[in-house]
Amino acid sequence: MCIELGKVREFARAVGSSHPVHLQGVTPVSPLTFLQASAFWRSPANEALSNGRDQRRVLHASQEFVFPHGPPRAGTTLTGQQRIEKEWTKEGRRGGQLDFVLVVTDYTDEHGALVAQVRSTTVSTARPAGRS
Amino acid sequence: MGGLAGRNPVTWDQLQVGAVAAPRVDEPLTITDFVRYQGASGDMNPIHHDPAFARKAGYDQPIAIGMLAAGRAATYLTDWLGPQDIRVFGVRFMEVAWPGDVLVYAGKVTGRREPPGERLVDVEIACARQAGGQHLTAWATVVVHS
Repeated sequence: MCIELGKVREFARAVGSSHPVHLQGVTPVSPLTFLQASAFWRSPANEALSNGRDQRRVLHASQEFVFPHGPPRAGTTLTGQQRIEKEWTKEGRRGGQLDFVLVVTDYTDEHGALVAQVRSTTVSTARPAGRS
Repeated sequence: MGGLAGRNPVTWDQLQVGAVAAPRVDEPLTITDFVRYQGASGDMNPIHHDPAFARKAGYDQPIAIGMLAAGRAATYLTDWLGPQDIRVFGVRFMEVAWPGDVLVYAGKVTGRREPPGERLVDVEIACARQAGGQHLTAWATVVVHS
């Protein structure tokens, strides 16, 4: 996956940034949460980890981005490798089971060096999440 | 947005535990904001823009997309301490936010560390609904050079 210039600018505007470091030149720094976007542009081979979950019942619990050398710039080619690091269950306050899953994606450059790690925790509720 | 760095603590001496950055009061959230973010991110979950789908999920109206406020918390942090020096940025989602909500972002220093050859500052950013309640909380680790 290549970090595309137009996508970086579009994303920066969507999160209300007017910082020149995200908008100027041809290799701007990607915004801190930009790699979350790639989760929705991934190849069919990686779809299995989130497919089949009912969007009404899945909530985003937390998300963390780790950048050993700062966020990557547009023009960088990254390879993402995704894994389920942890799955656990809690009893919800209103009854019903809450199923948590922590999905970790490692992004490496052409030389195999780690550029970013994205750690995403989602929770599935037994019923649709809103008040009912 | 922007222009925070002039008044805010940015140097190692200034970034003491408890030091704060000026809060940012955002414009009221709109469904257009959600759609713009969803288009940029590729997450087209209709719960954030389709009233009928939101009702089926048990909500009175579309709910805010958490990653939008996460991205705006990141913008607030980047305007304060600059993106290239940020090593960790995390968010925990708390209460749902709604169209019309005014979100307020406020940052403070929570820790300082000096591993060999580096100076690191930990910060926390609270994102509160002006109407009451916490939408999310964010944390970050930043390298400080000056």
